[in-house]
Amino acid sequence: MDLTLKIWRQPSTDEKGKFVDYQVQDISADASFLEMLDVLNEQLVVNDEDPVAFDHDCREGICGACSLYINGRPHGPDKGITTCQMHMRRFKDGETIVIEPWRAKPFPVIKDLMVDRTAFDEIIRAGGYISVGTGGMPDANAIPIPKRDADIAMDAASCIGCGACVAACKNASAMLFVAAKVSQFAMLPQGKVEARERVQNMVSKMDELGFGNCSNTYACEAECPKEISVSHIARMNREFFSSKLISEKEK
Amino acid sequence: MSKSLSYSSITKKIVLSLAGLFLISFLVVHLLINMLILFDDNRELFNAAAHFMATNPLIQVFQYVLFFGFILHIVLGLIIQIQNWLARPVRYNRKGYSELSYFSKFMIHTGAIIFIFLIIHFANFFVIAKFGHIDPITYDSGNTYEDLGLLIIKLFEDGIYVIFYVISILLLGFHLDHGFQSAFQSLGINHSRYTPFIKTFGTLFSAVITLGFISIPLVIYFF
Ligand code: FES
Repeated sequence: MDLTLKIWRQPSTDEKGKFVDYQVQDISADASFLEMLDVLNEQLVVNDEDPVAFDHDCREGICGACSLYINGRPHGPDKGITTCQMHMRRFKDGETIVIEPWRAKPFPVIKDLMVDRTAFDEIIRAGGYISVGTGGMPDANAIPIPKRDADIAMDAASCIGCGACVAACKNASAMLFVAAKVSQFAMLPQGKVEARERVQNMVSKMDELGFGNCSNTYACEAECPKEISVSHIARMNREFFSSKLISEKEK
Repeated sequence: MSKSLSYSSITKKIVLSLAGLFLISFLVVHLLINMLILFDDNRELFNAAAHFMATNPLIQVFQYVLFFGFILHIVLGLIIQIQNWLARPVRYNRKGYSELSYFSKFMIHTGAIIFIFLIIHFANFFVIAKFGHIDPITYDSGNTYEDLGLLIIKLFEDGIYVIFYVISILLLGFHLDHGFQSAFQSLGINHSRYTPFIKTFGTLFSAVITLGFISIPLVIYFF
């Protein structure tokens, strides 16, 4: 298939960017979206031009590195998959595809389609962990956890931190990401110990970094490659509310 | 202002939701009283209710709570919206189309128009009722009330005003449609069984409120 690509080019964070049109020919319908970009980049290298920078790592939908906003949708038109899992058969021959980086103040563009998602790491550092002493391997059945709770925690934990929720949200809100990270611990006894500080610290870090507020439009859920449910956001709201109101104040 | 900016995003949303739900409960009372004007030709029921609302001491106190609710909802809504705009300084070339709750995109716009409506509405009714003079009317029952009903009927005989009123209320309906279910989510109420019910109820409720308010000027104008 022959395609016209309208790609955001920006040499560095501080320089101005613009859209540049490229043509690619004879792309296999079975190629993945990133393979199609590889073809373009080889073409650019041969012509002594600067190849398009984009993030990728595993190329099998588990690492969350790939992050392209394709024709108005994070990770392109398919539901429940990442950019690297999307195939060119999803597009029509002769189509123009607009490719943009994630747009959010806390995600500055590094180069072209690559954004800096350190903000997510900072949120995790604020509380997305449990503190356990190292030692011998604990017995797997020492702490019984209801199947239902384990399942919910597992669903939340399937978040790969790609940032599609932020990219999709009209407010560039990170609520779905933070909610998933809060929820995966909130459902488990190991997470309950630090639950109160966790939710408060992660939320205040998220606000401080300049992510938007949640308008409950649920674009995040619709675009999440792991289909994380917005019910986690409600859970985080509950956790936050009770951590503020119901828990006793320290000191 | 800077203090309210320092509240967390979730706290702001929770307070916004509570204020919104409170304003909704006020709308219900307001609509029920308004409806009375359609029930009798001499507006006795309506004027009696208006008189009660204007003189009952408890309601007088509540008036301030209501003002506070409005201000809280408007100011928080604005702060949240400004933060949201700032969170994406560079816009997309292709607009996203994945929002599932359509009216959620226009909460600030519908809100702004409702705010303008509110000011005009205030000048037309509240200020006159409170500080201006309204001719009293004495009924066969021997009761005398200010004839607020007549003021309303006169206003609703003006076609332009009716159109403005109807459009504003329609936008209010859209605002409610998203706001109602959104408030519950912000308060942390999300359940696989009850959330679909809340959404459907919210939409029906918004429709009833909207149609209720709209029916009054239309009936007065056309009949
Ligand atoms: S490259 Fe790892 S998820 Fe796409």
